[in-house]
Amino acid sequence: MGKKLAVTGNQAVATAMKQINPDVCAAYPITPQTEIMQRFASFVSDGEVDTELITVESEHSAMSACIGAAAAGGRVMTATSSQGLALMWEMLYIASGMRLPIVMPVVNRALSAPINIHGDHSDSMGARDSGWIQLYSENAQEAYDNVIQAVRIGEHENVRLPVMVCMDGFIISHSIESMEFLPDEVVKEFVGEYKPLYSLLDVDNPVTYGPLVLPDYYMEFKRQQHEAMGNVKEVVLEVAKEFEKVSGRSYGLFEEYRLDDAEVIIVILNSAAGTAKDVVDQYRDKGVKVGLLKPRLFRPFPYKEVAEALSGAKVVAVLDRADSFGGFGPVYMEVASALTTNGARPLMLNRIYGLGGRDFMPEHAETVIEELKRVLDSGKIEKQKDYLGVRE
Amino acid sequence: MATPLRLKELSKKEELLTGGHRLCAGCGAPIIIRQVLMAAEVPVVAANATGCLEVSTTIYPYTAWRIPWIHTAFENAAATISGVESMYRALKKKGKIDRKIKFIAFGGDGGTYDIGFQSLSGAMERGHDIVYICYDNGAYMNTGIQRSSATPLGANTTTSPAGRVIPGKVQPRKNLTKIMAAHGIPYVAQSTPAHWRDLITKVRKALEVDGPAFINVLAHCNRGWRTSTNTTIQDTKLAVETCFWPLYEYENGKLRINYKPKEKKPVVEFLKTQGRFKHLFSPENEHLLKEIQEYVDREWEALLREEGMWREGSEEKE
Repeated sequence: MGKKLAVTGNQAVATAMKQINPDVCAAYPITPQTEIMQRFASFVSDGEVDTELITVESEHSAMSACIGAAAAGGRVMTATSSQGLALMWEMLYIASGMRLPIVMPVVNRALSAPINIHGDHSDSMGARDSGWIQLYSENAQEAYDNVIQAVRIGEHENVRLPVMVCMDGFIISHSIESMEFLPDEVVKEFVGEYKPLYSLLDVDNPVTYGPLVLPDYYMEFKRQQHEAMGNVKEVVLEVAKEFEKVSGRSYGLFEEYRLDDAEVIIVILNSAAGTAKDVVDQYRDKGVKVGLLKPRLFRPFPYKEVAEALSGAKVVAVLDRADSFGGFGPVYMEVASALTTNGARPLMLNRIYGLGGRDFMPEHAETVIEELKRVLDSGKIEKQKDYLGVRE
Repeated sequence: MATPLRLKELSKKEELLTGGHRLCAGCGAPIIIRQVLMAAEVPVVAANATGCLEVSTTIYPYTAWRIPWIHTAFENAAATISGVESMYRALKKKGKIDRKIKFIAFGGDGGTYDIGFQSLSGAMERGHDIVYICYDNGAYMNTGIQRSSATPLGANTTTSPAGRVIPGKVQPRKNLTKIMAAHGIPYVAQSTPAHWRDLITKVRKALEVDGPAFINVLAHCNRGWRTSTNTTIQDTKLAVETCFWPLYEYENGKLRINYKPKEKKPVVEFLKTQGRFKHLFSPENEHLLKEIQEYVDREWEALLREEGMWREGSEEKE
């Protein structure tokens, strides 16, 4: 079995990257991702990995170099946060459009303005339509496990898409917690050898990457991306099953926490889910039928499965750590869409919390559960979208 | 053994950019690309910035490229090729590839002087073993002749139109070749497709150095320069004969001017053939012609002085 150590989330992710030992890594420093790249640069300097590290002059070039490297037929990784992800925006769509399985840990951080370096999900949630697979992680252990599984998911022959692995900035990236590492050789064997389909370095069989595609063919390219995304759920579950064999830890498309007979349900992802689960336990002890659903795979979103898991619910509160001004939060929109697929019509609330790294405390979860109870009794919703822990 | 620099021998080489692409008749870009690819004696992989060359050579499901080629976006040909080159080094180190391959990025002046400037500078500083070739036609021709920082002083473009108050572009062009030389990279040069021996020789030198190289190549554009389609080579020669576009190179920082016209022609000889400068020949713009001549003279003399300093330096050593 692996070693148990107390590490930061960044250290966990950097270690996963070391064990994966990608061929090329191109990255640019940004808070709170920086520690990952610093640690990885030391692995390169000390010969602990064989990776060619490209210390680019911007995140735009980081993703551009990753795309060039991936098209040249090897395994490629980078990591970023917030403004860095925003600067990559243009290239995110190109990485997925070219079907290049780049793996990128995203250490979630708020977007400017005003500038703020702390954790919320506005960066990765904004990138949800970029054609990347997105996995969310509650803690360092999940981030580590997700990064290792992401390699297999993205590179699967039925998928061939880039993957973001998201974890909360500072709350997870800079907090020390105890977690278990897999032995190096186990990870090496688990990720296996990368086999490219078309490589720019195969000079005897030249390929053209990134041609101009006009209205006569463009839509078929996009339809194929949808097709590939459609294969992801199955691959995620298949990879999770194999991962469980080597790690003893089980993963699904999402985590169901005390959902079985739950009448009121909280949907929440990443670190705040941990806090909320404790509060769910307290209310369960008091006899309240409350449960929690924590999405893991956000893109593609498992609509049918989420709808099934929530089918017994009477009231659902979806908590979002990102906002869509003039709209509902991104997780809420997906859960609401999911519930249209099976005819279930629970009452729904959307609560925005924790923007710019504001703490999500147990009393915030309590406030939500109390409100869920009130709505359950009265059948009435006062405010469908509201904010938690904010000065009005 | 390198193919001898004779047209007869070069013409026997396989064309790596095939005919049938949709670039304009008389366009300078494909002439440059064919000469560049002719110069290479080992397999090359190319990255291409968004622009005329990219859109016109790869209209799906066709491609004119017989070499591995990648286009990702406008501002990042240098970053993209640095990723390709890094993967080559990574796989070579691991014994997964053993062939010698060279890497070239192509960009127009917009993708190189302007939007791609940061990624170009970054890639050069990092020392990748790449050659960046800018085909400089002096404006954003692909989007319809908008001014770039490579557009010459006085030129009429759609965003620096010769109007009643403002007579075309009011700023001289950025001297990118010198800016690239200031990066201290092993090889930097300026050339044209009208001087094929010069261009091919320079591309060979650029491919031979271990590290980054940059070549700025003047690319005639009959749409933007407002000429007919059959004057590409003669107009380009005039750019060199007037010293508007001198042929020179920096080898490990040392400047050499490759061609000094016996009689430097006045710059109007170059300007008067092109519609984009037509307005400069009306009486009220006479001062601009003088200004352009002064600018060209100043740049040329600075080049001569700089080369002289190198010569004096080496004579002292001898």
